[in-house]
Amino acid sequence: MKEIQEYEKDIASIRDMMERSAKFISLTGLSGVLAGLYALAGATAAYFTVHYPISPLKFRIYSVREPDTLLRLILIATLVIIASLATGLFLSSKKAKKQGVKLWSAASQRMLLNVSVPLVSGGIFILIMLATDHFGLAAPASLIFYGLALIQGSANTFDEIRYLGYSQIILGLVSAMLPGYGLIFWSLGFGVLHIVYGAIMHNKYDK
Amino acid sequence: MKNPFENLDKALEHRVRLQIMSVLVTHDGYEFNALKEVLSITDGNLASHIKALEREKYLTVSKSFVEKKPNTKYKITERGRTAFKKHLDALEAVVKQQK
Repeated sequence: MKEIQEYEKDIASIRDMMERSAKFISLTGLSGVLAGLYALAGATAAYFTVHYPISPLKFRIYSVREPDTLLRLILIATLVIIASLATGLFLSSKKAKKQGVKLWSAASQRMLLNVSVPLVSGGIFILIMLATDHFGLAAPASLIFYGLALIQGSANTFDEIRYLGYSQIILGLVSAMLPGYGLIFWSLGFGVLHIVYGAIMHNKYDK
Repeated sequence: MKNPFENLDKALEHRVRLQIMSVLVTHDGYEFNALKEVLSITDGNLASHIKALEREKYLTVSKSFVEKKPNTKYKITERGRTAFKKHLDALEAVVKQQK
């Protein structure tokens, strides 16, 4: 025979589970595809800023030490992030309306909270790297932290997001072993992977 | 005076099982790994409770392959839904009686 508090705990844990397992299902595959395209456009712009006229497949020693170049790269990255987030928000709110659910729900808040820890700490870490002239591992670090963020957030949304996270981490680790090819791996991760997974999700959930 | 304890479901006495059922009651199909994360328990622990609930026919298991990876999804059955509700009512009655 259980104590009465135990029964009350049972009820509380039911509530807790229902809330914790709530999923954010307004994510759209299309915003993934578009985010990938923005990233590829950004990578192209970065290539012309840094590498041009040397082929992107040729190994080169970085010369982003000129503050001008670095600032331009940070500007490109910021633009890509803003455009991706804006697109994602816009398409998700449209989908949420169609589904008759709130965009700002317990599920989406939980997802954002989970994602923000690795994302913010990673972002700060990378900025410190750049500020202290450690350019070589900035791109791999961004892929790895982003992958971790996706895995963190995946419990509250579609399962594909977890696999996308694993893929980003693997790519980031491979990239760390091949310094100098950061831009290529960055384009593969933020560009190609987003497009591939976005297309899979679009076909599976949004058709 | 009716004894509300009699209505409590033996199979749902364990809190982990109750938690599994509360997730499944609100979601149409939940994946093993996602369930493990939400409950924060080990593989073995989750598997054994799932088996118990499956024996009671409270949930159904569907194994499929997603891109060559095995993917196990659980769905609550009508029988399970009814049992869960009944157990919840009994829990409430027990707590109310004590107040």
